[in-house]
Amino acid sequence: MRSDRRLKDSNREKRIYAFRTILAALFVLGLTSALIIRLYDLQLVNHEHFQTLSDKNRMQLQPISPNRGLIYDRNGVLLADNKPIFSVVIIPEYSKNVDESIASIQEIIDITPEHIKRFKKRMRRSRRPYQSVILKSKLNEQEIARIEVRRHELKGIEIQAELARYYSMGSATAHSIGYVGRINEKELAAVDAKNYSATNYIGKLGVERFYESELHGVVGYQTVETNASNRVLRVLDRIAPTPGRNLTLHIDSGLQKKAVELLGAKRGAVVAIEPSTGGILTLVSTPSFDPNLFVTGIDYKSYSALRDSLDLPLFNRSLKGQYPPGSTIKPVLGLGGLDSGVTNRAFSIWDEGKYQLKNDERIYRDWKRQGHGRMNLFSSIAQSCDIYFYDLAFKMGVDNMSKYLGDFGFGQNTALDISEARDGLLPTREWKRALKGRAWYPGDSLNMGIGQGFMLSTPLQLATASAVMANRGRWVQPALLKLASVGARPIRQRKIEMNDIQMINPEDWDYIIDAMSEVMHGKRGTARSSGRRASYRMAGKTGTAQVVGIKQGEKYDAEALSERNRDHALFIGFAPVINPKIAVAVIVENGGGGSTSAAPIARALFDEWILKLAASDKTESME
Amino acid sequence: MSQDFLRQMPGAESHLKQSQGLAFRLHLDPILLGLLLVLCTIGLGILYSASGQSMVHVEKQLVRFGLAFFVMFVFAQLDPIVYKRWSPWLFGLGVLALVGVLVFGTGAKGAQRWLQLPGGLPRVQPSEFMKLVVPMMVAWFLSSRYLPPSLKAVLGALLLIFLPVLLIVKQPDLGTSILIAASGVFVLMFAGISWRLVAGFGALIAGFAPVMWMFFMREYQKQRVLTFLDPESDPLGSGWNIIQSKTAIGSGGLWGKGWLEGTQSQLDFLPESHTDFIIAVCAEEFGFMGVLGLLLLYLLIVFRGLYIAVKAQDSYGRILAGSLTLTFFVYIFVNIGMVSGILPVVGVPLPLVSYGGTSAVTLMAAFGVLMSIHTHRKMLSR
Repeated sequence: MRSDRRLKDSNREKRIYAFRTILAALFVLGLTSALIIRLYDLQLVNHEHFQTLSDKNRMQLQPISPNRGLIYDRNGVLLADNKPIFSVVIIPEYSKNVDESIASIQEIIDITPEHIKRFKKRMRRSRRPYQSVILKSKLNEQEIARIEVRRHELKGIEIQAELARYYSMGSATAHSIGYVGRINEKELAAVDAKNYSATNYIGKLGVERFYESELHGVVGYQTVETNASNRVLRVLDRIAPTPGRNLTLHIDSGLQKKAVELLGAKRGAVVAIEPSTGGILTLVSTPSFDPNLFVTGIDYKSYSALRDSLDLPLFNRSLKGQYPPGSTIKPVLGLGGLDSGVTNRAFSIWDEGKYQLKNDERIYRDWKRQGHGRMNLFSSIAQSCDIYFYDLAFKMGVDNMSKYLGDFGFGQNTALDISEARDGLLPTREWKRALKGRAWYPGDSLNMGIGQGFMLSTPLQLATASAVMANRGRWVQPALLKLASVGARPIRQRKIEMNDIQMINPEDWDYIIDAMSEVMHGKRGTARSSGRRASYRMAGKTGTAQVVGIKQGEKYDAEALSERNRDHALFIGFAPVINPKIAVAVIVENGGGGSTSAAPIARALFDEWILKLAASDKTESME
Repeated sequence: MSQDFLRQMPGAESHLKQSQGLAFRLHLDPILLGLLLVLCTIGLGILYSASGQSMVHVEKQLVRFGLAFFVMFVFAQLDPIVYKRWSPWLFGLGVLALVGVLVFGTGAKGAQRWLQLPGGLPRVQPSEFMKLVVPMMVAWFLSSRYLPPSLKAVLGALLLIFLPVLLIVKQPDLGTSILIAASGVFVLMFAGISWRLVAGFGALIAGFAPVMWMFFMREYQKQRVLTFLDPESDPLGSGWNIIQSKTAIGSGGLWGKGWLEGTQSQLDFLPESHTDFIIAVCAEEFGFMGVLGLLLLYLLIVFRGLYIAVKAQDSYGRILAGSLTLTFFVYIFVNIGMVSGILPVVGVPLPLVSYGGTSAVTLMAAFGVLMSIHTHRKMLSR
């Protein structure tokens, strides 16, 4: 081992040191080269890769929801508007403690346990980082002000504005326009998810649902620059969304309001159609509900109250209510009888109040116990004689009756833009065999002849038939949409076509319509009290639909039956007789007779509409 | 030749001497000082951008630089002989302080690095102090012996190096311990340690590494190494930093996105952007050329340091100056290496650019020592 005590060799030390310094310099240059190669690799060779990563970090493509198309009535009255609503939201990433945040808002505004329950439910759903979660929607101005004032203390809490649907007529249009609501996963699966990527609402019912694709519009996009905490700093690029198409409906808000008013607290439905176009002027079902409650989500208590109400406010009677049409189909059957040659204008019967088939003990009664006496088709319609129609039904048979009723649209949904409407029921032999497993008996035909028995129809079908009658067989299919603002695609409607009804003798139309006019204006017309003192002539037919079956030999006593077992009152009609402007169907559930509770409503609507038209004609001619 | 030319001009030589004399009288090296001032100025510019354009950070850093230059000036005034004489005493004090840190220390994030002095005195970070004292001590130990050092001397020197290093690893502070170990080893290298010994110790360390892994490294340190080996394994957790810094560097391209225009740093995607990861900001905003420029500046400083070391008059000054200079380079290499993903993440700041006062003061103190070695010349040796 060498000793450390050797004399220091300064020159050798210097030589070694110089060599080592050169090595150190090479060491430095070598490592620096390694760094430079690394930087070259990152910054020049792989620059594009990292540029992409960097852009991905900061740039986000955000969808922008298109503004939903507005819905107007035929006069330009706004029925469905988009109004800003304000919600208090929590962004969990910014809030230190979500429960504390809720508690701090609770000190300022009213937050119910249900709000919190729903908030927690929304929190559990999958969401993007920094996506806000709604705590309470539809804040009023006072609540907004209170939150804004204390904004600085509320970490992670924000007020968010969005456009939400507002229905200016509220419950009056709930059953015709329908409503939108927050889109759910099932609905999202059924639409083009890309186009709905920024959309919160979707049409759930009515026009809103049927014309969803027209009303929705096309999603827009913006490229935004965000920082690491996902705050949007600026918009880099923007493709504006295409707003949805504005729709103008045939509905007349004044007439709609009038119908609601006339029905009042009664359960019922009114459908009014413009015979020249098939445009639905009025579509009312009472009782109704406020559609605005459903837009941002109805609370459970209000919803269960609506759902459990005996009056079924959520049930759309005008489209889904299926009632026996009663005597309202007599004009159609009369027309069919004439056209098929089963009866003629001269033929008459003697009505003693009873009708019996051969080999059948059952007695078929007239609504008028003592009978009407001598009756031909004209007077049978005017006075709603049942016996004549028992006879006619027997002679026509089910096949013939079904054919003519079908020509008038019974048994199917003929509307162009209402998919919720039910088909009703137009019975045939085949139907009865298939469903009941029994043959069609002549007695079934008799019941059908006065609109009872198996046959069911909706108020919309009755109004449509009334409009076709007013047009003397020219078909107009009912539709809510009058016109839509310009759009890229043609409007999609239901594919269904009805053929105009041709009579062998076209004068039969006038004969039947005259009879219907006699209902309103004749001395013995069943609705003469509703036809009185009119400046125009109208045509109509009353009807009564049994709710409970009356046993053989029993007498119907409205007083004795409880209110909900009373008959439904029906009325169809149109006015004026010449050049008709409006055709209606009215049903008042448990209203008793059609002449007493349904016909007056129709008369009031006729007046409203015809006088209004006259007034607007006057102003037009003055101009 | 220039000297010949100067000699022909009357009064020129005295003028030259006078100007040299002014720097010498102040014991400053004008070249090194100039380079450092340029570096600090550039550093402040990058810091302004990296801190999210915060003048507060820049002003604070400016005050620290002022203090650091003052410390450099003071250290430059002391004769190297003083450092040599005081080396063992300072070393002993430092080791005691490090033991004190482990016993009484305070700190943050699970690491104890600070020692609170009694009687209202400020708290100190003994490991920073040791960055200077360990190379001084090893240089003192070896320079008084026959060089190149014998095995015994080398073992003694290694003991002097690894006693404080282990104490610092214990804190734990991997970055500082690496720097101190490196500074000690550099002293040995400059002292002329034989290559056979270097190879032997290299093999020993390679064998010792698994033992280090199993017994000495903390969980978070292991995590860093694992993350370094595969940053994509945990892209949102510990891999986030390195992925973001690579993205920042790579997206800078040749010329960069421009000052204050770096999206990674300005939009907070780059963590620690104004401290350890500040080179990524520079690379993003000034591109490959910008980093190349900064590296060139660093190299000039390093080569000036090596020049001073070569010109030193005695072996103590020589090997100390060489070691301090190379340690400065190790700062740069480890920092840029870790930020660009070729080294694991250890907490080493980028000298005089990263925000923070402690390392700035220590570094400038080291440059003060270099200047002291350069400017305190004995006539005897000529």
